[in-house]
Amino acid sequence: MIGEGRIVVVGASLAGLRAAETLREQGFAGSLTLVGEEPHPPYDRPPLSKQVLLGRVRAQDVALPSRSAVDARWKLGVRAGGVDPIEKRVILADGEQLAYDRLLIATGTRARPWPNADEARLDGVLTLRTNDDAARLAERLDAGPRRVLVIGAGFIGSEIASACRELGLDVTVAERGPSPLVGALGGTLGTFAGKLQRAHGVDLRCGVTVTALKGRNGRLTGAEFSDGGRIDADVAVVALGAVRNTEWLDGSGLAAGPRGVACDAGCRAFDMYGIVTDDVFVAGDVARFPHPLFEYQMLSLEHWGNAVAQAEVAAHNMISPGPRRRPHLTVPAFWSSQFGLNIKSVGVPTFSDQVVIAQGSLREGRFVAVYGYRGRVTAAVSVNRAKWLEHYQYLIETAAPFPPAPGAADRPGSFDPVPSDVPSPQLLSHGPTVALTGHLPDRHLTLVRHELSPTAAHCR
Amino acid sequence: MQIVVDLNRCQSYAQCVFLAPQVFELHGEEALMFRPSVPDDQHERVRRAEAACPVQAILVGEPAGLGAS
Ligand SMILES: Cc1cc2nc3c(=O)[nH]c(=O)nc-3n(C[C@H](O)[C@H](O)[C@H](O)COP(=O)(O)OP(=O)(O)OC[C@H]3O[C@@H](n4cnc5c(N)ncnc54)[C@H](O)[C@@H]3O)c2cc1C
Ligand code: SF4
Repeated sequence: MIGEGRIVVVGASLAGLRAAETLREQGFAGSLTLVGEEPHPPYDRPPLSKQVLLGRVRAQDVALPSRSAVDARWKLGVRAGGVDPIEKRVILADGEQLAYDRLLIATGTRARPWPNADEARLDGVLTLRTNDDAARLAERLDAGPRRVLVIGAGFIGSEIASACRELGLDVTVAERGPSPLVGALGGTLGTFAGKLQRAHGVDLRCGVTVTALKGRNGRLTGAEFSDGGRIDADVAVVALGAVRNTEWLDGSGLAAGPRGVACDAGCRAFDMYGIVTDDVFVAGDVARFPHPLFEYQMLSLEHWGNAVAQAEVAAHNMISPGPRRRPHLTVPAFWSSQFGLNIKSVGVPTFSDQVVIAQGSLREGRFVAVYGYRGRVTAAVSVNRAKWLEHYQYLIETAAPFPPAPGAADRPGSFDPVPSDVPSPQLLSHGPTVALTGHLPDRHLTLVRHELSPTAAHCR
Repeated sequence: MQIVVDLNRCQSYAQCVFLAPQVFELHGEEALMFRPSVPDDQHERVRRAEAACPVQAILVGEPAGLGAS
């Protein structure tokens, strides 16, 4: 299948959009349908925890620009409920069935909800993933709450706390791990981030969990912590990380589970037996894929740049014959801005045993931290030093020795690598934004009978 | 007109900030913030910023999925 046929894309956000554009740009002339559960056309999520909360941009105004015209049928506000891989059909919640020759799964993630459903229903308890979520939260912050509680100090939680402080709001951040961002960036930068938050007036409480959200007449009034502490708060943002949207694939026979949909380096989905399919592709936050730079560990990334790059590779491979297919080898990269700092990362900081401040200094708040694993460079994170990062990306791509030679213009005070102290994800409130999932098989396979096909597998 | 900046690529050169300060601003030393929805009177300036960006990080286009149902 090169120029014609039927392609269905499920998930009409960043990855789905860029894949659709790439398909048309590369000459796909068949029928193209995009299915999206949200009623909105594709929009950009990163501003939702930044410009939007600061009141500079309205949550409705973050639509993504199109890169090229896409001739496609859009089914928005409709959820895909299942896939029949034998008949090659996507079954929609409104009853329609969409036949495909090639399917792209780009269903991303959603915010992990507060585990206690009664408490989660209290007025004032929110999560942040969609533009509707952001509109609600921005409105709450604009109303001037007395105190905001942020549960979980990953990137999104930390960015929310930063916006609150910038708006002059009192904010408490509760994190089960030893410091903010530690799950993504390890101990040295986690400690830095903790000091940064406190210096900006955040009431930061690490090593505690929120044991209860308290309410009166259906409204949130405060929270209790595992250390016996309690606070009053009228807004609580649950920032416990993301859940991959794979439930709709239950029973499809695909290797889909809580860690995402497993695929090969060419974005082709695996089935439950680890056999690669040739008509089902995966891209974006929902994908779980092997990366040669990281010992072929399966990576699950929640990064804007990965969604774009992987969507382009998936789209290309969907309409290309075998020898023309490309691997998705992009070095992972993301950014965050919080407390006035620009944080950028290349590589996989959690794939490390040591870290060194290679340029600048933590004290100045301008530096590059370089991460190594078994003697080679695997990641670098810059704080207000974005221009230096490209060099380290080259070191990662070429598997350069760690620690890197301290040849830079400004030498740090000490150039001794220290353990990178990446904690087990179990110790964190928020999920990691990069999960190394290679050593942790999701579930045990059991063979069962199945209506769709006698060979489909279910999992427990 | 909508825009998005690939902030992995952006190196905070700030050319866009000089050319269209109502749309692009530096937050702190080097974190770029932009208005995704460009006001009508800023189109020309944003086009110039797009062309001037040394790393071509600015994507300008019509809202994606226009006319989608
Ligand atoms: C607040 C916030 C801030 C962020 N900031 C940054 C940042 O600073 N830097 C960075 O690199 N990344 C950031 N990200 C991450 C980035 O936005 C994601 O990596 C990106 O959105 C992934 O795109 P995607 O298309 O794979 O998935 P998503 O954007 O999650 O889209 C998936 C879509 O599929 C739809 N869907 C799900 N299930 C179904 C179904 N069964 N049927 C039909 N449709 C379905 C969903 O409704 C959704 O619209 C941020 C994310 C958030 C939420
Ligand atoms: S001109 Fe380009 S590189 Fe410079 S700040 Fe603007 S977007 Fe970033």
